Amino acid sequence: MSLFQSRRSALPGFNLSLGYTVFYLGLIVLVPLAAVFLKTTGMTWEHFVQAVASPRVMAAYRISFGASFLAALINLVFGLLLAWVLVRYPFPGRKVIDALVDLPFALPTAVAGIALTAIYSKNGWIGQYLEPLGIHVAFTELGVLMALTFIGLPFVVRTLQPVIEELEPELEEASMTLGANRWQTITRVILPELVPALLTGFALSFARALGEYGSVVFISGNMPMRTEIVPLLIITKLEQYDYRGATAIAVVMLVSSFVLLLVINLLQKWSRRYHRI
Amino acid sequence: MASTISNLQRHRPPATSQPKVTQDPVWVRWLLTTIALLFVAFFLVLPLASVFAEAFRRGINAYFAAFNDPDALSAIRLTLLAAVVSVPANLVFGVAAAWAITKFSFPGKSLLITLIDLPFAVSPVIAGLIYVLVFGLQGWFGSWLSDHDIKIIFATPGIILATTFVTFPFVAREIIPLMQAQGTDEEYAAITLGASGWQTFWRVTLPNIKWGLFYGIILCNARAMGEFGAVSVVSGHIRGETNTIPLHVEILYNEYNFVGAFAMASLLAVLAIITLVLKSFIEWKFQQGRAEA
Repeated sequence: MSLFQSRRSALPGFNLSLGYTVFYLGLIVLVPLAAVFLKTTGMTWEHFVQAVASPRVMAAYRISFGASFLAALINLVFGLLLAWVLVRYPFPGRKVIDALVDLPFALPTAVAGIALTAIYSKNGWIGQYLEPLGIHVAFTELGVLMALTFIGLPFVVRTLQPVIEELEPELEEASMTLGANRWQTITRVILPELVPALLTGFALSFARALGEYGSVVFISGNMPMRTEIVPLLIITKLEQYDYRGATAIAVVMLVSSFVLLLVINLLQKWSRRYHRI
Repeated sequence: MASTISNLQRHRPPATSQPKVTQDPVWVRWLLTTIALLFVAFFLVLPLASVFAEAFRRGINAYFAAFNDPDALSAIRLTLLAAVVSVPANLVFGVAAAWAITKFSFPGKSLLITLIDLPFAVSPVIAGLIYVLVFGLQGWFGSWLSDHDIKIIFATPGIILATTFVTFPFVAREIIPLMQAQGTDEEYAAITLGASGWQTFWRVTLPNIKWGLFYGIILCNARAMGEFGAVSVVSGHIRGETNTIPLHVEILYNEYNFVGAFAMASLLAVLAIITLVLKSFIEWKFQQGRAEA
C-alpha cells in the first residue's frame, strides 16, 4: 500500500485505513461478486443462452423491465409534483409529509408487500371498491406495478428537492419581466433546469425496482409467464438446485444494473456541471 | 448507486417566502397540494395504517398472543443479532474508508467510491446468491466447510454476511461527503500541536462527524433489521433457527395466519416510524449546529 503513499498529507493512518477498506471491500463485496461471473465461465455458450433466453425467462424480463419502467414513469410525475409542493408551498404539516416520503425506504419490503396486498385484495380497503369495477390489482401485473411504484417514490422526490430548492429566483423573475406567463416560465425555464435531476431520479427509481423482491412477491401471485419477476425466478431456480441457471440470469441482471449505475453516475456528473454554470 | 436518497447535507432551511411574481395562483397551489397529499395518503399512509389495522383485527389479546411463540422470539433474537454484528462492522469500515478517502489523495479514489456504492446496485436476491456460490455446498469452499463441519449457508453466519452486504455502503456514504466538506485543517492543527493520530481522530474528527455517523447508523440498522430478499436466499427457512422477523412474517402469512404475520410486521413498522422520527431529529440538530457555526 505504501506504493500509493500520499504526496501531500501529514496525517497518519493512511496505510491502515486504506488497507482495511480495500480488504473489507474485497472480502464482503468484490470476491463474492466475482463468484457469479466465474461460475458462468464453466458454462458453454449454448447453455448460457438457453438459461437466459428461455420463454419463461424472457417473460420475466418483460414484466420486470416493463413494470419497473412504468413505475419509474409514475414516480417521475408524482415525485415531481410532491417535490415541488414540498419545496414551494408552505402548508401545515409539511415537515411530517416530508419525513413520510422516506417511508418506502424505512419500511421493510416484506411488510410493504403484505400491507399492499391487504389493501388491494378483494376485501381490502381499496380493493373492495376496485373489484366491482373489474379492476384487479392483487395477484395481477397491476399489483407488481403498485409495489414497484411504492418502493421507488423517494428516489425521485429526494433527487429533485435540492435542485428545486436551489433554483435561482432571478431566473423566474427575469422570465416574468420579459413577458412570459407563469405556464411558459414553468415549461420553458424551470422544467429544462430540472431535466438532469428528473432523469437521475427516474434511473434510480428504475434501478431499484428492477432488483426489488420483497414487496412484489406477496402482491404479484407469482404466476410464471405473467407476474413472475426476474429476482423471483432466480430464487425458484435456486430452490430447484439449478445453480447454473440462477447464476446465468443473475449475470444478465448484474450487467443491467452496472450499466444503469454507469448511466446514473454520468447523469449526476452532467447534473452537477449543468448547475454550476 | 450514487443516489441522493439520504444525505444529511442536502437538507437546507425551508425556503423563505417566494417573491410575489413567481408565486403560483392560489387555486393552483391548493390543487397541487391536494393532489400531493392525496397521493401520500393513498400510497404511503394507507399501507402503514393497514399493518396495524390487520394486526389488531382480532383484538389486542390475539395481537400479543402472536409474540407468545418460541419461533417468533427466536426470529426477533436472530434479527437483533444480525443487526448487532453487521451495523458495527459497517460502521468501522465506513469510518476507515472515509478517513482514507477524505484525508489523503491517491490514484483510483473515485473508483473506490463507486465500488463502495456497488451493493446498492445489486438486487438483494443476487446478494444472497453470491454467498451461496461461495459458501454453499456446491460452492468454492463448500466441500472444505462441510469437511470441517462449519455451516455458513442456511445458518446464522450466512444471514449475518448477507445483511452486512446489503447494508455495506450506508455509513460510508453518509460521512464521506460530510468529511469532504469539512476538509483537513482541524486535523492538521491538532497534529501540529502534538496530538497523536488517535487523539486527533477521537477529539477532533469524531465530534465533527457525530451527527452524520448517527444518521448512517440509523439507516443502516433499519435496513439490517428489515432485509428480506438477501436473507431469504441464504436462510433455508428453518423455523426457530434461521428465520429473521421478515422471514417469519412471510411464513406466517403463507400459512394464512394473518394476525400473527401482521403482528410481527407491526414490530418492523414501529421500527420504521422510529427511524423516520430519529432521522428528522438528526436533520434538525444538524441544521441547528450549522446555523450556530
